Amino acid sequence: MQAIDRVLAARSKDRATAAQYIPRLFDDFTELHGDRRYADDQAILAGIARLNGTPVTVVAIEKGEDTKSKVARNFGSAHPEGYRKAIRQFLLAEKFGRPVITLIDTAGAFCGLGAEERGQGQAIAESLMTLSALQTPVLAVLTGEGGSGGALALALADRVWMLENAVYSVISPEGCASILWKDASRTQEAAESLKLTASDLLDMRVIERVIAESNTLDATCETLKAAMVDEISALRALPLNELMSDRYARFRCMGGVLP
Amino acid sequence: MLNKWLFRKPGNTLEAERADDRPAPRAPDKLFTACPSCKSAVLSTDLEKNMNCCPHCDRHFAWSARKRIQALFDEGSFVETDAELTSDNYINFPDYDRKLLDARRKSGEHEAVLCGTATIDGHKTAVFAMEGAFMMGSMGSVVGEKITRLFEKALHEGLPVIGFTVSGGARMQEGILSLMQMAKTSAAVKKHSDAGLLYICVLCDPTTGGVTASFAMQSDIALAEPRALICFAGPRVIEQTIRQKLPEGFQSAEFLMEKGFIDRIVSRADMREELRVLLMLHQKEGVHAGD
Ligand SMILES: [Zn+2]
Repeated sequence: MQAIDRVLAARSKDRATAAQYIPRLFDDFTELHGDRRYADDQAILAGIARLNGTPVTVVAIEKGEDTKSKVARNFGSAHPEGYRKAIRQFLLAEKFGRPVITLIDTAGAFCGLGAEERGQGQAIAESLMTLSALQTPVLAVLTGEGGSGGALALALADRVWMLENAVYSVISPEGCASILWKDASRTQEAAESLKLTASDLLDMRVIERVIAESNTLDATCETLKAAMVDEISALRALPLNELMSDRYARFRCMGGVLP
Repeated sequence: MLNKWLFRKPGNTLEAERADDRPAPRAPDKLFTACPSCKSAVLSTDLEKNMNCCPHCDRHFAWSARKRIQALFDEGSFVETDAELTSDNYINFPDYDRKLLDARRKSGEHEAVLCGTATIDGHKTAVFAMEGAFMMGSMGSVVGEKITRLFEKALHEGLPVIGFTVSGGARMQEGILSLMQMAKTSAAVKKHSDAGLLYICVLCDPTTGGVTASFAMQSDIALAEPRALICFAGPRVIEQTIRQKLPEGFQSAEFLMEKGFIDRIVSRADMREELRVLLMLHQKEGVHAGD
């Protein structure tokens, strides 16, 4: 499979959304709404659940399943209030000592008048700062599209995983081709050049693990859940200061420059 | 030698429409620069003497990082750090090597940010200034690394940080590694902040994308230059999304202040005094400059 095929698979209308993953991975998911500042951004689906018995905070980006819910979810592109909703859940998780699990699938943070007016950049920046020092384990799983800052805002984590056909990139291949080369026909080349597939990112050590996708969603979720259970219990066993310094070091060493 | 190129007027810009904002380097325009705001012809030497602001209408033109630091901080006080760090083509991105060479030649700098320490009226601070003439001030691994090292150094030495952002966002040519710099710098800013240290960010024209969504918007005090474009998504991207023209002044510094995202708008002429007072107001009691 070429990079562009992964991009298309990640965006496929048949691809499962967070609303389908959550009941297969967690029990007793209790959704919690709103950012307490402006609105309840439905592009972010958040709440508390049990992972194999352990209470966890779940923050997911939901694209919507049918036309009506896709519109309500803004096709999985969050506004600033969505990131502020996530931040509120992160802080509650820290307060109550719950690990955080994020499920990420977004073309990117929404680009529009309201989003700019209400500080899209500031909201993402605050989410990054919050996660960087959040005193509880954080595990991020990219399930579909990992669109730039809008995805990263939920992925400053102790472990970052990708499903086999997920992609994660600083810009969409279309955007890259049109901005850099002014040539939309070079999208395929851009997809290749950006190194955005799960195996590319594993090679670059930007992620720790690729989750194989099975023929059925149930089977994929079974694999993912088993891995999550092990990882969360390993992360919880770490002393907090070690967890925090490891998280700092995880991102500190990225970028090809030796300190 | 670097100096030969140092004060060349930047040739590359964020967007073609902004190109006329900058003094044109071509021969016929060398002596005079047409101000796009008030339409007056300004002697280029007068413009330079006036911190690259129009003497008639105070329009702020692009300003090189090195000149900015030299003009705003005590003379000779700037001690540059990590000046030697240069980018590699980490992911073998087409044409990136050539673009890096062009950017070095055009800007006279090794990368899109200068970092170091300097003083204002004797008050020592860590400082970074982004260079718009280097690939539009885009953030790749070296920019992220230099900013991170600066915040770590400031944390270690108990120094405030003053930053000037000028950026087209994350640098596409380094792929995901550019995106990761947003996480890396954010974590460093947070550590510095949690130690009770001051960070003042001055948002300059333009500050966009991944830089806006990380260290540009994480300061304790956010200043901006008049009329600077400050945004996450650029005006063109939004116009394409919503299929209509944006209102005049949307995403300007003045607009952001109205919406609550900026503390103060400060002209270049007043910037040094503004920073001096802010640094002084954050001095711990009993500690004086030079102690
Ligand atoms: Zn003028």
